[in-house]
Amino acid sequence: MFNLHYRLERKTIGFLLAIIGVASIGGAVEIIPLFTIHQTVEDAPNMRVYTPLEIAGRNIYIREGCYACHSQMIRTLRDEVERYGPYSLAVESKYDHPMLWGSKRTGPDLARMGNKYSDEWHVRHLNNPRDVVPESVMPHYSWLGRTELRSEDLGRHMVALRRVGVPYTDDMIANARSDAYGQAAPDTPFAEGVTKRYGAATNVRAFDGKPGNLTELDALVAYLQILGKLTDAAHKPVAAAGG
Amino acid sequence: MKDILRWLPRIAECLAMIAQLTRYERQLALFILLALSICGLAMAVAGTGDPLGVHGAIVLLAAIAGTFWVISGYYEPEPSDDRLDRYFDDPSRLGIILAMVWVVAGLFVGDWIAWQLAYPDLTFDAAWSSFGRLRPVHTSGVIFGFGGNALIATSFYVLQRTTRARLPDQLSPWFVLLGYNLFCVIAATGYLMGVTQSKEYAEPEWYADIWLVVVWVTYFIIYLRTLVRRKEPHIYVSNWYYMAFILVVAILHIVNNLAMPVSLGHAKSYSAFSGVQDAMTQWWYGHNAVAFFLTAGFLGMMYYYLPVRAGRPIFSYRLSIISFWGITFMYMWAGSHHLHYTALPQWVQTLGMTFSIMLLVPSWASAGNALLTLNGAWHKVRDDAVLRFMMVAAVFYGLVTFEGSFMAIRAVNSLSHYTDWTVGHVHAGALGWVAMITFGAIYASVPWLWKRERMYSGRLVEVHFWLALAGTVIYVFAMWNSGIIQGLMWRTYNESGTLAYSFVESMVAMRPYYIARAIGGLLFLIGALVACYNIWMTIRTADQPADQRLGDRPVPALAGGTAPQPAE
Repeated sequence: MFNLHYRLERKTIGFLLAIIGVASIGGAVEIIPLFTIHQTVEDAPNMRVYTPLEIAGRNIYIREGCYACHSQMIRTLRDEVERYGPYSLAVESKYDHPMLWGSKRTGPDLARMGNKYSDEWHVRHLNNPRDVVPESVMPHYSWLGRTELRSEDLGRHMVALRRVGVPYTDDMIANARSDAYGQAAPDTPFAEGVTKRYGAATNVRAFDGKPGNLTELDALVAYLQILGKLTDAAHKPVAAAGG
Repeated sequence: MKDILRWLPRIAECLAMIAQLTRYERQLALFILLALSICGLAMAVAGTGDPLGVHGAIVLLAAIAGTFWVISGYYEPEPSDDRLDRYFDDPSRLGIILAMVWVVAGLFVGDWIAWQLAYPDLTFDAAWSSFGRLRPVHTSGVIFGFGGNALIATSFYVLQRTTRARLPDQLSPWFVLLGYNLFCVIAATGYLMGVTQSKEYAEPEWYADIWLVVVWVTYFIIYLRTLVRRKEPHIYVSNWYYMAFILVVAILHIVNNLAMPVSLGHAKSYSAFSGVQDAMTQWWYGHNAVAFFLTAGFLGMMYYYLPVRAGRPIFSYRLSIISFWGITFMYMWAGSHHLHYTALPQWVQTLGMTFSIMLLVPSWASAGNALLTLNGAWHKVRDDAVLRFMMVAAVFYGLVTFEGSFMAIRAVNSLSHYTDWTVGHVHAGALGWVAMITFGAIYASVPWLWKRERMYSGRLVEVHFWLALAGTVIYVFAMWNSGIIQGLMWRTYNESGTLAYSFVESMVAMRPYYIARAIGGLLFLIGALVACYNIWMTIRTADQPADQRLGDRPVPALAGGTAPQPAE
């Protein structure tokens, strides 16, 4: 074996090819089957997609690096299930490009945060976390409520998401901007289209408490209020494995 | 200040890059800079109103500055053919200076956000100064800014010495070094503006990723062209590791960053993968960024600098073969240990755990090989802080790889995951292993590169050593404590069978450890500042007799002969 190596280390190209070959095996064996084995992701036929406002909120969540301190993945451990709720299923992040499972809990897990607290709590908390949780070490995000949401290009975001596999319809994409506005303005004609396209269970509220203007705070709260609510698959007694 | 101004021309003289380029290379440089300006302009125009536009402007400004620079030296005489009898070390010199700049910036941001976790209002009323945006500035600053520059600088140095061949040309090494730093600047400024893919250690967006591929391919070609022209029959161990570092990082980078941009005028993109597949791809990448960036590259460094500094051959050639192929093969399976008990299928978790445990064998083979190389030179370890940096690095490497295998066990991971224990583990590796071996290599290289007999002050190296060691130990102990306490508090039940502690209670319990951690980090930062001063003073004291290392030159094209190498 060592003699073989003695010869190999005299060949530049041979050595390079050996590195590529040896290093490719592990990833290939572990990653490729995740795309081909159907049971990897459960079936949840009633699962809905993110609305344009929730996409915008999710992008703010990513932009501000929330994932650095908050996970969105409840493990199959008794204490986690009792603290946060039913453990997370693969299907729940099926439309998450990228996933935000996280790796660190400086703050608590958020996988089941949706509708756990009121919008008003979230608004106050994001404005200054220590107003509602005195011991919190979370930064304040008071500028979100002062910043108008950039919504004119949400349709293009949805086109990009459709290209990577999220089933947005032409109708959803064409109405992206008015749906984003309507979801945070319940008393306007735009609100109706949101429930029509995304389902009656969609949250349509003035998330930041101020109807009329669409802010980044609206988007982020709308996103936080949908976490864990896209499907109820995790709440069923035995999660149905696909097949 | 006056002093600095007086010495700036000397630095510029040392780095008189343009004069080293042949006329053809100067023309090629202008062509590349023109192409880069056009890209920058296109980005600035297409990305108006988007962070992409700001990055376009940065690229454009960098390219214009480069163009002026090349033009200013364009009519200097061409370099003589004598240059081919010398190694080409100027990119290594600048690389080391840049590494020191990045380490100070990266450690400063890291320590700042460490204090933020104890005093959350230690921020400005602005988005860029919050923890979430600064954290990737810290991680990329130290990993890619400091680590990457140090790897590029030392790999060029080591490659030439161990092949006895000069780098293939004068332009491509500059392209790699400066292009890489442009990538780092785009990455760091992007995070401040909120441009991130959210994938840990792969945060830069699609356009920065494409640029890095261009730089990286050039880096690989330099390596290949030099190796092919080598005057040594065998490829030395360091180069195995540096090659694995370059090749595998390229594979990981390309696969994990596959994404769909919103448009050519948007910085934002959406990952090609979602959910469980995305998680697996990300941690396959994430863990192997540790393996092939932070381990393989720095093992390459260690296999050259440690034996040379100790004046001893590598203990065992066979051990280095076993450990190299073990690391190259097994690490690529280990990433799924980041996803224990998650929605990732159990069979993948089990494979990840199994290979993580087996990894202890090649890891300890490397660490043992390094430490046994010091047999017969332990008196030097006692007297020479530079060698001691390398020795401590090898010890930490051994400790951290043991800890890593241990934490990859599913039952252990159920406690350690999501806690500060992981942060402590990473920093034991990053501070104790990566930074220590790098400081050792830099202290060894600086006198060689600037033709000095020794560092300006041996005592300051000593001071740096103890600051770095104390800082690392305080940091790691603080995080062990906080991580294990956190993990236990989250899973403790009281007698009535309900959870004993709220999340907030566990957070409050962390505070003293967060303060201790920030103090440890501060010590480490002060140590890096001491190093900067020492390096600066070594460079500027030009009056000392020049020290030409005996035979430190490439073998002329026709001559044969074998040079003494650190191993065999």
